[in-house]
Amino acid sequence: MDLSWSDSEQAFRAEARAWLEENLAAWHDQHGGEAAIASGDTRAGFAQHLDWERRLHDGRWAAVSWPAEHGGRDASLWEWLIFEEEYYRAGAPPRVTQNGIFLLAPTVFEFGTPEQQAHVLPRMAAATDLWCQGWSEPNAGSDLAGIAARAVRTEGGWRLDGQKTWTTRGAFCTHLFGLFRTDPESERHRGLSYLLVPLDTPGVTVRGFGRLDGDEGFAEVFFDDAFLAEDAVPGGVLLGAEGAGWKVAMATTGSERGLTLRSPGRFLATAARLVELYRAGLSDPTASAHAGPTAPGSTPSARLRERIAEVWMRAEAYRLFTLDTVTRLAGGAVMGADSSINKVWWSELDCELHEIALELLGPAAEVEGPWSKGWQFSLSGPIYAGTNEIQRNIAAERVLGLPRR
Amino acid sequence: MQFGFDDDQLAFRDAARDLLDKECGPAVVRAAGQADPGSLDRGVWDRLAEMGVLATIVPEAADGLGLDEQALVLVLEEAGRAALPHPLVETAAVAAPLVAGGPGAPGVAGGPGPAGVPDAHGLGMVATDLGGPHVACAADADWLLLQDQRAGTLHLVDPAAVVLTPVDTVDRARRAATVDWQPDPASVVTDDPAEVALAFDRGAFGTAAQLVGLGQRMLDLTVAYVVEREQFGVPIGSFQAVKHHLADALKELSFARPAVYRAAHSLATGAEHRARDVSMAKAMAADAAWLAGRQALQCHGAIGYTVEHDLHLYLKRTWALAAAWGDAAWHRDRVASALGI
Repeated sequence: MDLSWSDSEQAFRAEARAWLEENLAAWHDQHGGEAAIASGDTRAGFAQHLDWERRLHDGRWAAVSWPAEHGGRDASLWEWLIFEEEYYRAGAPPRVTQNGIFLLAPTVFEFGTPEQQAHVLPRMAAATDLWCQGWSEPNAGSDLAGIAARAVRTEGGWRLDGQKTWTTRGAFCTHLFGLFRTDPESERHRGLSYLLVPLDTPGVTVRGFGRLDGDEGFAEVFFDDAFLAEDAVPGGVLLGAEGAGWKVAMATTGSERGLTLRSPGRFLATAARLVELYRAGLSDPTASAHAGPTAPGSTPSARLRERIAEVWMRAEAYRLFTLDTVTRLAGGAVMGADSSINKVWWSELDCELHEIALELLGPAAEVEGPWSKGWQFSLSGPIYAGTNEIQRNIAAERVLGLPRR
Repeated sequence: MQFGFDDDQLAFRDAARDLLDKECGPAVVRAAGQADPGSLDRGVWDRLAEMGVLATIVPEAADGLGLDEQALVLVLEEAGRAALPHPLVETAAVAAPLVAGGPGAPGVAGGPGPAGVPDAHGLGMVATDLGGPHVACAADADWLLLQDQRAGTLHLVDPAAVVLTPVDTVDRARRAATVDWQPDPASVVTDDPAEVALAFDRGAFGTAAQLVGLGQRMLDLTVAYVVEREQFGVPIGSFQAVKHHLADALKELSFARPAVYRAAHSLATGAEHRARDVSMAKAMAADAAWLAGRQALQCHGAIGYTVEHDLHLYLKRTWALAAAWGDAAWHRDRVASALGI
């Protein structure tokens, strides 16, 4: 084992840290201070966050692991982990472009034609095209293979009908990557195709609606005999082979669950903030609700202190688990079904981190703020990207070898 | 950055696993729970000694293998998986490096310590009270490593010179006793608080490695059982409730294991955060193995709730080791202190 970073990796970290510090401050100033920046899941906040995304792109930090020709900097997986640690440590905002960069892009790299790659990737990195995910439908959630939205081949393109939903930031995005049934005779996983759809296509209607926290972060997308021209995306709107959509889509779910969507840096940063919150309560009991009417002058309980130690360990264990994963990937292994326990781990950890913070805050927890916001968002983790129940099934069947039903 | 083991370390593990599979099956663990004090069978122990495992982290200059905790951790995990009843952690992880730790150490010419300890190999089997008052295999050991709480010294004591009182532990194969003894300056092996702290951390770390192995054994036993056992005309492992129990055990063990491996690295490199890392490993391994045991028993149903089935051998060892060398709450407290809270 060698748990040290090389000189070049340390230099990479220093460069990222310096850039983030300077540019975060500049971005905050640009919008009248950090407090004036709204949630990226609101229309106004999304626009502010696009300014941030463009800063990232100008600094070549938008997609560090991509090849330079597509807007990245050819960073290794190790450097990518370092960047993520620094990103969340600096308090940089959630990436409003993440569904494109972390979910669609890996698929485009694997299945896209050179022409598709040359068009889609640089515009994605530059936040020119903004991609949302069109997989779930009202009747196809955990049972994703129940997809009913149709695409029928026609002269020069496709005719789309049906509905997608739970589309994150769909109301603010420009493009959708989705799964459509292209073989009307097919059932389940067969006969699906992976299509790239500009949302301004006539016949496509997007309706945003409020998530649990009230932000318009969700959308449903209606396709009403919409004509999708084959060349609506240069290189073609079909990603991978016709009818191979399931295989193409599943190739990215390993990324979504396992490694790239929620890196350890994010939870390490939250755990560090939780430790700070506890410390602040200790040094100034009046700063926390524990000085409230029910418990005058009391300090946070020993039980909370122990729980904080526990969740800090769980965040740190996720980092170590990831170091192990990346060591194996660097040695030529491929992401396997163990990405499913990974997803259960980080999503439940996120809930717990925020739950403890709310308990520390006491009556102040009901006030809108970063912790109450984060708490509500954390609750989506066990649901999105394949519910944790589905992930446990996958782990039991594909890692432990238990029989399918 | 390389979070993994080299081929030599993995080969060492494989050799230990083969040996333990052959020489330390459930029958050996059962027999250890029934043998009289002082008559623990040493078959598997002698094979481990021949392999050099007892002196894994003893320097080559002192006739050891000259490896470090990163090699030992995998072997201790295997010892846990086998529920090896002998005090391997106490001997190989705690006592051996203490006694043959380097120039001036006991066992090296001119070092302190009692007469009659020629070197780390001459130690034989060591039991200790560093991990708690119930000294496992106390009546079977060749030496006792005992802590004088008041003076903060560690002593290497001839078992014949103490009074042992057997303790009826739930895990009979613990073979535990309490020790009544009088510290004697001639038996001191160290009075250095840093050495004592290191010895404790090595014991807690080694126990964490065993717990991960125990948890994995219970999970493996249960997977094999639920695939075979049928109810309602299908294997019970096809039911989602059973799958989720075992997925949770898998998850907790999968994340505790890297914490244990990192503790091995921190010990091997003398890392600044060694104590924190050891505590993280022990707390997480104890909780993970505990959960694996709960899920294993539940998924076995009534057959697991017997002494005829083997599961209880691993379950009871898990309970014992979870509480030894500092329980999870004690170690979480130490992590909290390291975090400055």
